[in-house]
Amino acid sequence: MSETAQAPLVLVVDDMDDGREICAEYLAFRQYRVATAADGFEALAKAAELLPDIILMDLSLPGIDGWETTRRLKGDDLTRHIPVVALTAHALRSAHDQAVEAGCDAVITKPVLPKDLESEIRRILGVQAAS
Amino acid sequence: MAKPVPLDTAPDFESAGPRAKLSLVEGLLAEQDARSCAVLTLRWLTRYAGVRRGFCAVVDSDGSRLNGLAGHGVPLGEVDAWNLDLGERSHPLVLALVGAEPVAFHGSGQAGRAGMGGKGGLESPLGADSFQAVPLGQPSDDGETGPGLLLVDGPGEGPVGDELRWAAQLLGERLVSLWYRRAQADERRHKRERTWLFAILNAVTDPILLTDADGRILVANASAEALLSADEKMSEGRRRAVALNNMLFSASLFTSAQESGPVRQELLLVDPTEGQDLLFELIRTRVKVRRGETGTVSILRNVTDLRRAGEELEENYRRLRTAEAQTRAERDRLDLILNSVLDPILVTDAGGKLLLMNGPAERLFTADRASAEAERRVRANDAVFTSFISNLYTSQSMRFRGELALLDPSTGGTVPVEAISGKVGSRQGEDAWTVTILHDLTEAVEKAQLYEQVKRHSEELREKVAEATAELAEQNELLRRQALELEQASAMKSQFLANVSHELRTPLNAIIGYTHLMLEGVSGALARGQQDKLVRVDSNAQHLLAVINDLLDITRIESGKMPIQLETVRLPELIEEVMTEVEPLIARTRLKVTRELSPAIPDLWSDRKKVKQIVLNLLSNALKFTPEGSVFIQVECLDERVSVSVVDTGIGISEDNQKTIFEAFGQADSSYARRAGGTGLGLSICRRLASVLGGDITVTSRQGEGSTFRLQLPLASGS
Repeated sequence: MSETAQAPLVLVVDDMDDGREICAEYLAFRQYRVATAADGFEALAKAAELLPDIILMDLSLPGIDGWETTRRLKGDDLTRHIPVVALTAHALRSAHDQAVEAGCDAVITKPVLPKDLESEIRRILGVQAAS
Repeated sequence: MAKPVPLDTAPDFESAGPRAKLSLVEGLLAEQDARSCAVLTLRWLTRYAGVRRGFCAVVDSDGSRLNGLAGHGVPLGEVDAWNLDLGERSHPLVLALVGAEPVAFHGSGQAGRAGMGGKGGLESPLGADSFQAVPLGQPSDDGETGPGLLLVDGPGEGPVGDELRWAAQLLGERLVSLWYRRAQADERRHKRERTWLFAILNAVTDPILLTDADGRILVANASAEALLSADEKMSEGRRRAVALNNMLFSASLFTSAQESGPVRQELLLVDPTEGQDLLFELIRTRVKVRRGETGTVSILRNVTDLRRAGEELEENYRRLRTAEAQTRAERDRLDLILNSVLDPILVTDAGGKLLLMNGPAERLFTADRASAEAERRVRANDAVFTSFISNLYTSQSMRFRGELALLDPSTGGTVPVEAISGKVGSRQGEDAWTVTILHDLTEAVEKAQLYEQVKRHSEELREKVAEATAELAEQNELLRRQALELEQASAMKSQFLANVSHELRTPLNAIIGYTHLMLEGVSGALARGQQDKLVRVDSNAQHLLAVINDLLDITRIESGKMPIQLETVRLPELIEEVMTEVEPLIARTRLKVTRELSPAIPDLWSDRKKVKQIVLNLLSNALKFTPEGSVFIQVECLDERVSVSVVDTGIGISEDNQKTIFEAFGQADSSYARRAGGTGLGLSICRRLASVLGGDITVTSRQGEGSTFRLQLPLASGS
């Protein structure tokens, strides 16, 4: 992380406390700024309010699910530019394809090692910074 | 005019005094016949003028000839035969007749004057003697010839010549007078006959015409005139019709002009009053009209009605013939029908007498074999039938039905019949015939029984078919439901596994996540014992994850949901990649790993990831289960297939276990597998994947000596 630039803000969306906590704790430990949301509507509100640098999106959510939330984020000019990484326990290919269709920039299948997750975030943000 | 020559006078004759002359006058007046007058005159001349032979010739009625009339001293045959053509103008006698003066001829008939004679003698009835020719009657001034000539022998000089000339004059006048009266009578007769003729002609209703050679109508009867002549008073139409008729008639006249003898032809004319067509039969005969001219008599017979009547007659005859033929055909047909009907048919007259029956009836009502038994049965049948028929005559209805018990004449068996009788009324209304049809009921009963039987059978069959159909439908429905249930079950199973997978992964994620947080020191530094145990937690979690993933793969393959991505696969490259990936694994052992690739291995058309997964699995298995020795990889090309063999010198697999190693969790020694870090599902997945790609995996092994796993793949996998 650059000393001068503000650390990247990651919005972690997950209805399960464990999932949210592991991500939030590990990313904070790795010097990221972290915000969390427990459902789709909260995610939309936080995304619009905080304009995070990247969003980690669980797909099975109460209310509106992760696919729909992503569709709405990508349908809004304010949040369209924010990369969305789907983080899901669904292992079937169809679930992954639907996530890409909804607008997710990457799909990671749970379980995932926290360090692998962080390196993926870094890769995406690096691609973003380069472009 | 020739000068008269005096006649020679006979010496012996009395002088004719007034009294003698008076006697001739009286004699002539008393005679009414020319010939008698001539004879009387000649006889008188013999007596009073000394004539010995004499001859009288008279001009015929049409003035063309001079014919002998009477003679004295001349044979009668010669008198009748003699005649002279008055057209011979230079003949001496003709000249004498025209000259009206007596002429004397001398010897051989030569005339007194020079140059008057012909080259032969003059042919006179008096022979070759000299004679005088004295014209009869008064000489006239208008040059008309007298009624005849008187030829006498001897000279005619002096008083004799006077007597002669006087007698000739007297005879001539008397003859003229006689002829005139006769002509008048003839004229009257002709007139009368003409009237009669016309009456006859007009009485004939057929038009009759006489036409001359130029076609002009000379005579026409009233009927002909009605058709062919018009006058001013007639209407324009009638005149036109008449003109048309004339034209048609003339035309027909000329077409038949060449024919000789009666000609018969048809002629179509128009009735001038009615305007309708009239058809005539025309009979034409050629006749002589007058000297050298011929005419035509045409008789027209109106055959218009005759023709029509003839045509009608012909038409009626034709109809009659047709009707007759139809009747005959109908009768034949009826006979045929009657005889082809198997039921007995009987026709009886009003008195109940049998008129007609067909073959089947004859079998019941006649006994031709003349057996007494048969005859008795036939009589019984007759009685039964007659009694039945008599019922009909007493009843008013036209039809009558009854059941009779007859006997079979040959067998004597009872024949129950149904009898249906109908009265066939003649046109005049009286009951003429009765037609009875007998229907054998034994057969009907049998038929009814048979029918019932057939009906029962068919009903049974129908029920059976219905049952079978219902059963089949039920089974179909069951199968359909089962198929649906299976489909649903399969879908539910897939969904279930997907859900299970999801539900297992979520807590596993938490376990792995927290373990790593701690291992990475997020929650502060760990004691060595703590760290070791956390590594064990992580290892078990990873194993569990591997099992879950393998189970999911098997499910996917079995449900046909494993996605296959076909592309060009270069095996040498693929083997190279696999070797690189297992390099760390090899490094931990002391095994000698070698490979041998045949030259010119063709590219495959297959799923690269799956092929790599299989090879990797086989190779890592070999490495895991070979404590010492070597592992050998061989790639060969058989025709249309390639094989990748992994040969190790490992622990080997017993024959029993070789049968189960490809089944899920069929690993020979699970403890060994767990120690080696396998899920026990690897070979099972590999064989299933090879099958999906159209290939297969086989094993040959001997416990304690090593194993050979061989993957065979087609050059091109189906999609």
